[in-house]
Amino acid sequence: MTRTAAALAVFILLAVASLFAGVSDLTPGAVLAGDPAAINLLLTSRAPRTIAVVLAGGSVAIAGLIMQMLARNRFAEPSTSGTVDAASLGMLCATLLLPDMPVIVKMMVAAAFALAGAGLFMGVLARIPLSSPLVTPLVGLMLGNVIGAATSFIAYRYDLLQSLAAWSNGDFSTILRGRYELLWVAFALAALAWFTADRLTVAGLGRDFSVNLGLNYRRVLLFGLSIVAMVTAMVVTTVGMIPFLGLVAPNLASLALGDNMRRAIPLTALLGAGLALACDLLGRLVNYPFEIPIGTMMGVIGSMLFLYLLLGKRFRAG
Amino acid sequence: MIEIRDVRKSYGDTAVVQGVNLTLPRGGVTAIIGPNGAGKSTLLTMIGRLLPMSGGQILVDGIDVAHAASHALARRLSILRQDNHIAARLTVRDLVAFGRYPHSHGRLTREDGVHVARALDFLGLTHLADRFLDELSGGQRQRAHVAMVVCQDTDYILLDEPLNNLDMKHAVGMMQLMRRMADDLGKTIVVVLHDINFASCYADHIVAMRDGRVIREGAPAAIMTADAMRAIYDIDMHIEKIGGDRIGVFYRQPARD
Repeated sequence: MTRTAAALAVFILLAVASLFAGVSDLTPGAVLAGDPAAINLLLTSRAPRTIAVVLAGGSVAIAGLIMQMLARNRFAEPSTSGTVDAASLGMLCATLLLPDMPVIVKMMVAAAFALAGAGLFMGVLARIPLSSPLVTPLVGLMLGNVIGAATSFIAYRYDLLQSLAAWSNGDFSTILRGRYELLWVAFALAALAWFTADRLTVAGLGRDFSVNLGLNYRRVLLFGLSIVAMVTAMVVTTVGMIPFLGLVAPNLASLALGDNMRRAIPLTALLGAGLALACDLLGRLVNYPFEIPIGTMMGVIGSMLFLYLLLGKRFRAG
Repeated sequence: MIEIRDVRKSYGDTAVVQGVNLTLPRGGVTAIIGPNGAGKSTLLTMIGRLLPMSGGQILVDGIDVAHAASHALARRLSILRQDNHIAARLTVRDLVAFGRYPHSHGRLTREDGVHVARALDFLGLTHLADRFLDELSGGQRQRAHVAMVVCQDTDYILLDEPLNNLDMKHAVGMMQLMRRMADDLGKTIVVVLHDINFASCYADHIVAMRDGRVIREGAPAAIMTADAMRAIYDIDMHIEKIGGDRIGVFYRQPARD
């Protein structure tokens, strides 16, 4: 419990720091004094950005945890299971074929593609011998690359490579009020997992255990993958992909509390949001006054954390 | 009572279980024995509705397992397969508590808590309750899986080679546990066993399978004969009566051409 409290304290500190870091001078004093310019800046830019980072970080981390439970593999997450790539392909198709539709419709198309990608991944896993825990992410990465190649080709033909780049590299610098609200929905969906935590954990024990306990395994699988697909589609289309987050946050939480989802989900979300805040903040400060996007920062920090976890005894048992 | 009527299972042209008719009485320990590939585990897995049948019908207390609601069946019958690999990092207590899922659907009542504590105690796992499964030895993990099934508190318990991974001491412990579940708690145990002597010493009823068929069935005294053993396993076995138990000795076989 003390560790959770410590994590919460660090998280609040990061959130406050995120509100007051940036090129325009904004101080807590000015906000408290009621300076209209300061309050306007806070409400239109800084607060939306901080909230967006927290929501995206938390939901990506929970989506990673769900994927790991359902694929029964520590290395699974939306970006190592073809889900992110399928979401990008879906968004691309929606942009090309339904250019006049509102963003929510395009996002639903992306979510449908993401669900198909995740389903394909699970289908392949069920048909091949999983001789090593590493086979699962390898299958996912290969699947993702095949989908990604097709996506790049289409984007190249229709001159949409720039949009594709925006989806594949997470960046919060363009977040303003009115341009991130979809992330609330993503977070609400991810939080929905908490109410079905027991079912998801039982599904994580495998099909045989699930059927023995009277659980409708396929239904829970579909439910969990749907959450993962929708969260992925929303985050990818609003801020772009954040690598490693869905991998590192659940594994850190699991190390501390184990995988009983009822306990693991809150801490996973907290760690995911905290990690996202830290990376976004660092990206804003390292090369001040310029920004390094969170996708790049997380790539560096997340991969280091992941290597640390990989080389620690956590994964030795497989 | 488990009624098995003309149950078949085939993969393509290969029939793994072919026309098994069997009635397993309520109560006691029934051991299913037979050589590798006899269809023992396949039959057990079909009784536990983990595998669809190619034909036939299985009734547990008159309920058709293929068509009954799975969650209702989970309160009457539990099945544990061999080689369970759990990737999730759960504590022993978490896993055992999930045995209450069919009854509580995740909201554990005080009564569920009593069941969890009793199952942990029954398997001698109380001192390991808060350890994670990946920190246990293979034998302890196996006991934790069985504890979950005990906690599920069903009338029928199906176990597929539960002695796998267990050393002699723990294998004996597991067999004694099955006897206690049958004698003290009134459970019906159906267990696939490879060790013929454990079946002889602990089972009330032995079903012998070979090539997808039941070829012998009866009390241990009737099955533990040199004749029956040759028919089942195709080896010469010397049956010795030691302290009231029939023990098969088969370690040295005459050289064959």
